[in-house]
Amino acid sequence: MTALLKSKRDALSERLAGQIPAKGGWLGAARAQALSRLEVMGLPAKRDEYWRYTDPATLNATEVTKADLFDAQETPVFDSIDRVKLVFVDGVFDASASDDLSLAGVEISHLSDVAEHDIHWAQSLFGVLEADAQHPVERPLAALNTALARDGVLIRVTGKAKKPVSLIYRRQSSTGDAMLHHVVRLEPGAELTLLENGPAAARLNTVLEVDIAQDASFHHVRTQGRDHQRRFNTHIFARIGASSRFKSFTLTANGKLTRNEAKIVISGPGASAHIAGAAVGDGDFHHDDTVFLTHEAEGCESRQVFKKVLKNGATGVFQGKILVRPGAQKTDGYQISQSLLLDEDSQFLAKPELEIYADDVKCSHGSTSGAIDETALYYLRSRGIPLKEAQSLLVLAFLAEAISEIESDEIAEEIRGRLEGWLSRHRG
Amino acid sequence: MLEIRNLHVKLEDEDKAILKGVDLKIEAGSVHAIMGPNGSGKSTLSYVLSGRDGYQVTDGSASLEGENLLDMEPEERAAAGLFLAFQYPVEIPGVGNMTFLRTALNAQRKTRGEPEVSAGEFLKLVREKAKALKIDAEMLKRPVNVGFSGGEKKRNEILQMAMLEPKMCILDETDSGLDVDAMKLVSEGVNALRDKGRAFLVITHYQRLLDHIRPDVVHIMADGRIIKTGGPELALEVEQNGYADILAEVR
Repeated sequence: MTALLKSKRDALSERLAGQIPAKGGWLGAARAQALSRLEVMGLPAKRDEYWRYTDPATLNATEVTKADLFDAQETPVFDSIDRVKLVFVDGVFDASASDDLSLAGVEISHLSDVAEHDIHWAQSLFGVLEADAQHPVERPLAALNTALARDGVLIRVTGKAKKPVSLIYRRQSSTGDAMLHHVVRLEPGAELTLLENGPAAARLNTVLEVDIAQDASFHHVRTQGRDHQRRFNTHIFARIGASSRFKSFTLTANGKLTRNEAKIVISGPGASAHIAGAAVGDGDFHHDDTVFLTHEAEGCESRQVFKKVLKNGATGVFQGKILVRPGAQKTDGYQISQSLLLDEDSQFLAKPELEIYADDVKCSHGSTSGAIDETALYYLRSRGIPLKEAQSLLVLAFLAEAISEIESDEIAEEIRGRLEGWLSRHRG
Repeated sequence: MLEIRNLHVKLEDEDKAILKGVDLKIEAGSVHAIMGPNGSGKSTLSYVLSGRDGYQVTDGSASLEGENLLDMEPEERAAAGLFLAFQYPVEIPGVGNMTFLRTALNAQRKTRGEPEVSAGEFLKLVREKAKALKIDAEMLKRPVNVGFSGGEKKRNEILQMAMLEPKMCILDETDSGLDVDAMKLVSEGVNALRDKGRAFLVITHYQRLLDHIRPDVVHIMADGRIIKTGGPELALEVEQNGYADILAEVR
């Protein structure tokens, strides 16, 4: 065993400190398997290539670093949107604060009371996409989540959901350590929009496993809590069937550390996967988007659009890969990651990658970082638009391509409004 | 309206004087033209008046209706009534043309303490003005100047001018890159705005634009100064003989 691996396993023993996954039923078995996977890997280390730009120390640590509660004093996001609300407080489902979970064509249950029930569809999915996602790059924190997460939702969609399902994360503790594991299955022809928002906990680790059968659509929009000191490590693992559509958009404003990982496999022909993010950070802000997208089937399309606005020493990271497997002909892959640096103290670190094993594909990628275009700024000001307003217009224009990945105009407008609010509070 | 006295300007980053004592007085209701060879300082004059970065005024003054322009930010100059139609209009991906026009109009009104224009009023106004310039709905929806042809960009400048209704309009080589039809359209747009309360400064290389926009006064600029001033016939003289004769005469 190498010294690095030993230290990673030691870090895991320390973190687990005798904790073992909850036993019982199929869920207990899935958790035990995740622990076995995890014990081989140990926890991630700064020396791992995959963690080169983001230090996992605080995500690994046994003790959660305190994160002060932050009262945003504004209407919660998505408030105007008709949806089925599920509320989690410090990572625990709160039935009394949640809506009645009945929605035509959608079965919703939650992890904390599912062990006794025999939910067939979830058995073949829970921890399965996470386990698949351990190759070719290990994601120990996702396995940790499968092993230890006590709560989350299980959603099976059999029809076209009339309204979005909305997961709302609240927090009351300044040292809360939450793990949530969500599993979503879309049956053939089904449609669902899933929303997530809220600060959740001082430290949050989420896994969202999404399995999409053929001819189905899944739209995911989340906003990550504005608490300045919180730390999030999220994972999306998706498998997309023939002629299906997957779209995920994340807005991140503030937060001390955010690492959003995604591993998406397009497994059926004629499918499409779009994943996008807009992140805005001022000061002590480290934001990492790490995406691995695999084309396995013919005639599929994918887009990765990540935009970050960074100021006062904020750091942005993008690690993105498109892998085109042999046989995935006629693939159309697009990847762009860009940062707008509002001062010289901020930085953007990017590692875009393409790995292509088919000969009839169209793939493009680009990564840039730069300052606001002074000529455009002068042009706007010469028409009477004040400096700060002109800057905000240009920042929003920079983020527009990511926001345009949101399917619903109503939700896109809401996201744009949140960004305008953030920009007006962080001017100068 | 506009009064420029002994204006000296150099580049901010290097010791290179560009304007070497420009004097110019434009009365309300009049149209002045500035012609001159490349590098004479015509565009610099327009940039300095509108407040672009990168230039340093070393001497002299410029005022709009008695207010010192040089102390104002670009947006304040615009709200005070100054408008520059750019030689190279800037493309701004991600900002819709309509959003841009409305933001600009309302920002200026706000600065002047006037009520904002409602969405409905604005739409009516912009459609009417756009129609006269043959700007279609599609062009209004697109991001500012992105994918516009040279002629479309210039028409878009005139549309902005028509919407913002400035007092002092500076047109910097608005004829460059225009074919005959587009030049006619743009000129008609400008002429429609001629008014006793409004003044124009038309910067151009060629006399042909002045066939469409008839100036009251023509100035010849060379080496950072206005070296000769006359009536419309001065433009014709330049067209026929070039600048060499005038330059020689002044020297």
